Amino acid sequence: MLCQFAGEVIARGLGLPLPGPVIGLLILLAILVVRHGPDEDLRTTSTGLLRHLSLLFVPAGVGIVTQLDALERDWLPILVAILVSTALGLVVTGWLMQKLDRSG
Amino acid sequence: MTGVSQLWVYLQTTPLLGLAATLIAWEVAVFASRVARGHVLANPMLISIVLLSSLLLLTHTPYRAYFEGGQYVQFLLGPATVALAVPMYFNLGRIRRAAPAILPALVAGSLVAALSAMLIARGLGASRTVVLSLAPKSVTTPIAMGIAEQIGGSPSLAAVFVLLTGLTAVVIGPGILRFTRVRDWRARGLAAGTAGHGLATARILLLDETAGAFGGLAIGLNGIFTAILVPFLATLF
Repeated sequence: MLCQFAGEVIARGLGLPLPGPVIGLLILLAILVVRHGPDEDLRTTSTGLLRHLSLLFVPAGVGIVTQLDALERDWLPILVAILVSTALGLVVTGWLMQKLDRSG
Repeated sequence: MTGVSQLWVYLQTTPLLGLAATLIAWEVAVFASRVARGHVLANPMLISIVLLSSLLLLTHTPYRAYFEGGQYVQFLLGPATVALAVPMYFNLGRIRRAAPAILPALVAGSLVAALSAMLIARGLGASRTVVLSLAPKSVTTPIAMGIAEQIGGSPSLAAVFVLLTGLTAVVIGPGILRFTRVRDWRARGLAAGTAGHGLATARILLLDETAGAFGGLAIGLNGIFTAILVPFLATLF
């Protein structure tokens, strides 16, 4: 757990254009490769954290109340744009991946 | 009665209220989702957000007061993103073998999602701020907010679009992938992570760990790719 935080802090401190957590992810992945896998503690912590991943998006989601004006004005274009583009994104990625992947 | 309202005024100034409200709303939402037998619209996150937003609007509580407590929950998003490295590690072999398929699929999906959203919104007459804030909607919230700010959109609007996109992917994803016969869990995971970032990945991780690993990979790669692509796309609008 500590090594995750350390990774994050280092990544942020270096002022790289990528967000800290993404660099932290890469650092932890590199550590896992070198160490040949996570120990019991890290495995338990990460499983627990990831099981409640959806909860962590709630506070940002409630931020919707600060944007009601813009949403009210442009609700139709927003709704159509998000619905169609998300559907296209899912299908293009999934379909192409399945089509190209021969690694089984 | 004055006692109660005084208590309310006091609680509004402490982070405890926002934190407790978030956790209670989450428990209620998880219970409701269980009663509805996991129906897609009974998504615990969607229910929590509706409950909390209604509460704020009804009690005229400013979002800032709520976020005093909510930020503690949001803070865990960073470590949780880092923790995606664990399922990714266990699927490293699979990821390496699938790499020649992953990159084109991810780049194409990411480009199609960002470009179609901007074109549709502009075609239907949305304001320029809305169009620009839609561009990074498929990537994880912190990256999306940074990109939106950089290209002249609104970071908080981008955060809302990211959320709506993730919810859309969670709700329509299973149906649309089944309909287009995308059965491979690795392809489903990659699609979820590319089009629906952490939110759709969180959902698919519960169904299949390999899909979760590919979703986590897609979040990272799409974040990097979008950060490079979108500033360029923005110059076209």
